[in-house]
Amino acid sequence: MSILLETRGLTKSFFGVPALRDVSLTIHEGRILGLIGENGAGKSTLMNVVDGVFPATDGSMFLRGLPYQPRSPADATGHGIAFIHQELNLFSNLTVAENIFVDAFPMRAGFIDRRSMRRETERLLASLDLEIAPDTLLDRLAPGERQLVEIAKALRSNPQLIIFDEPTSSLTARETERLFEVIRRLRDEGKTLIYISHMLSDVRALSDDIAVLRDGELVGSGPAEELDTSRMIELMIGRELAQLYPPKTAAPGRDPVLRVAAMTQPGVVQDVDLEVRAGEIVGLFGLMGAGRTELARMVFGLDEFAHGEIRIGGTLLRGQSPTDRIEHGMAFVTENRREEGLLMESTIADNIALVSLASYARTILRFVDAPKLSAVAQQMADDLQIKAHDIGGQPAKSLSGGNQQKVVIGKWLMRQPKLFVLDEPTRGVDVGAKYEIYSLMDRLAREGSGVLFISSEVEELMAMCDRILVMNRGEVSGEFGERPFKQDQLLRAAFREDLAA
Amino acid sequence: MNRLDQLRSQLLRNSTLVMFVLIFLFFGLQEPRFLQPESLGNIIKQSSFIGIAAVGMTFVLLTAGIDLSVGSVMYLAPLIAGFAMRNYGLDVEFALVLAIFAGLVMGAINAFFIVVLRIIPFIVTLSTLFFFRGAGTFLTQSRQLDFPREVLDFGLARVLGIPLPIIIFALVVAAAFVTLTRTPFGRHVYAVGNDINAARKAGINVDWIVFRVYLISSACAALAGFIVIAQIGRLDQSFGEGREFDVIAAAVLGGASLFGGVGSALSPLIGATMIQTVKAGLIFNGTNLYAQPIMLGAVIFAAVLFDSLRQMNLQKSRRRFIRPIQTETEPAERNKGPRHPAGAAART
Repeated sequence: MSILLETRGLTKSFFGVPALRDVSLTIHEGRILGLIGENGAGKSTLMNVVDGVFPATDGSMFLRGLPYQPRSPADATGHGIAFIHQELNLFSNLTVAENIFVDAFPMRAGFIDRRSMRRETERLLASLDLEIAPDTLLDRLAPGERQLVEIAKALRSNPQLIIFDEPTSSLTARETERLFEVIRRLRDEGKTLIYISHMLSDVRALSDDIAVLRDGELVGSGPAEELDTSRMIELMIGRELAQLYPPKTAAPGRDPVLRVAAMTQPGVVQDVDLEVRAGEIVGLFGLMGAGRTELARMVFGLDEFAHGEIRIGGTLLRGQSPTDRIEHGMAFVTENRREEGLLMESTIADNIALVSLASYARTILRFVDAPKLSAVAQQMADDLQIKAHDIGGQPAKSLSGGNQQKVVIGKWLMRQPKLFVLDEPTRGVDVGAKYEIYSLMDRLAREGSGVLFISSEVEELMAMCDRILVMNRGEVSGEFGERPFKQDQLLRAAFREDLAA
Repeated sequence: MNRLDQLRSQLLRNSTLVMFVLIFLFFGLQEPRFLQPESLGNIIKQSSFIGIAAVGMTFVLLTAGIDLSVGSVMYLAPLIAGFAMRNYGLDVEFALVLAIFAGLVMGAINAFFIVVLRIIPFIVTLSTLFFFRGAGTFLTQSRQLDFPREVLDFGLARVLGIPLPIIIFALVVAAAFVTLTRTPFGRHVYAVGNDINAARKAGINVDWIVFRVYLISSACAALAGFIVIAQIGRLDQSFGEGREFDVIAAAVLGGASLFGGVGSALSPLIGATMIQTVKAGLIFNGTNLYAQPIMLGAVIFAAVLFDSLRQMNLQKSRRRFIRPIQTETEPAERNKGPRHPAGAAART
């Protein structure tokens, strides 16, 4: 087992603040290294140094025993290192082949040599078992296929080391499985891979070796067999976490805050009944594409539905208007906080204030009472322990995923809603921040709100919910009201038709 | 999908062309002379002016930019060439080259502010719209400039019996087509318009791409201006005024998006000829002269409306279906879909 890449005492500081401290890591050839750590633990910094995005402040790297100092990502590519970023770098209006060759078109007589571009693309796609015509517009591909196109692009330069950063966050379960097959096959062909992810189960399933970073330091590394999940978590957060979940302190009341009856939209959901009571956390489980998000969007008035009723606290809601839902005390936290929940460039305070601006408007001209609003926002930020030094000056994008999620929840809390719809609130969030979000959820329920908690992670639903509904192909395929829940029953309900078929 | 649905989606996908054909039939049925080769040739010839400039505009629109200065470039570039012809006895061919060169210089001025000083294109080209025209007015003291006679001989020339403007229009469209589809520059123009940040990350020299599209836009405008002047032999102070909107309308009508990344070299060809067809048709069928702008506006509005209907329809067709729509005859086959159930269903 030879060593492909070695870092010795790698240190990187930004403006005097260390992001990496004395990291000495060995990466063995032909193996998959799972790199884990909480947000801000230094995973991205480490990989950016390896990829030549910026140089290390101190320390050295050796590639196959030779000193390695990449000056740029292109230089790293020249050394056989490819980095597949979390956000895909593809163009939806170009073809698959053009996307793969966008930075180095093959030329012939002054024009793009489309024939050889097509041929090369076919070869690369075939090596990934991807049956797509090279001239297909990227726009036509599913997210999983796009991910594979990005991999094909990385393979073009025949790299020896391929780094994946959170590649599965937008993929369905099947697409993820397919990606894993590809990654394993690349390993079997002798390539070395680094896999960065929050999904510890994915890292477990895939990795030969695991390395754990915390606060910029390498706190553990070794063969995957020697690190079980609880040990991984322990290393990541630096203390023994007896429980991943906070104790439940809220008890459901009797009054329903949300009642959905016979909600139907052809092709999407069929006859869904749903009730959430005050102080109750109701889980909505299902596989990707089971219709949970679609249902939530209809409930919140974002999408139309053909039949059915929605009542909030006994009031029948008419029409399709999120504004109306908000008026009636509904709050919606989406999984796409980047796209739907947050104004990334705006300050944290502005984000928190966003949906309650009207309540802080005074005088007949409806000017916003800015001092009062910012005081309340500050209080909210303190209350939720949002880690920021200046909520009035710092843009939302500067926060980690977990803290961004807290800003979104805080924004809604300002209106004291009766019902929270949380769609995958812990996705892409590290273990420590997850715990805080669970505590927050428990607090919402304790203070009398109803919570509809949508998630694909069955464990967190089992830990936090009073009741769990399972959806499959747009229908409710099971309802479980007794704690403790049985995982196999939940999964069976979620897979119902797939098993029958 | 049944046959009717298929037909409908085909129609929507090619709504611009459908619209084009309908307009032709509409005027043609009213007045058969309208469909004669001579009148069609005239339409293409007259649309070449706006069309050539719209080719350049299409490059700019593809990068999600805009160039409001083209109307003034159309005026100032031939003006400079005309001065050189009159005062230094420059030949027509060289005057044409000089006009294009002047256009390139004006394009470079736009590009400098946009790329180097990072001022948004709308503001930059709005300022140069006034600046370029102002410079021309200052040079001429707002007097009309008469060109030497040779310019008419050049402008009214025919090659193989085809009028020069049509030939130049065809060459410009063909060159743009090849550039946009077959060169790295062309493909990068699309990439920049699709996602400028991703383009930077992909190592594309975004600044240089953007710089060049403004050069192209101004050069095309200068060429267009010179070709028209060569037909009439004089240049007065209001020449090209307000034409920037005709040019943008032509590109957009032909399918270029103001948001970048969408459009082709055929967009300006289709758009400019369509506008000219309507203009000519309204004259043919004797519509009241003062009502014609209203009609033209209505047609442009209808075309843009169709286009957004098409977009909405496309979006709808890409919506994810997660369960079969329940009908008696159709069994729940989607459940056994291939590897990407949602993706596969969305594409049907």
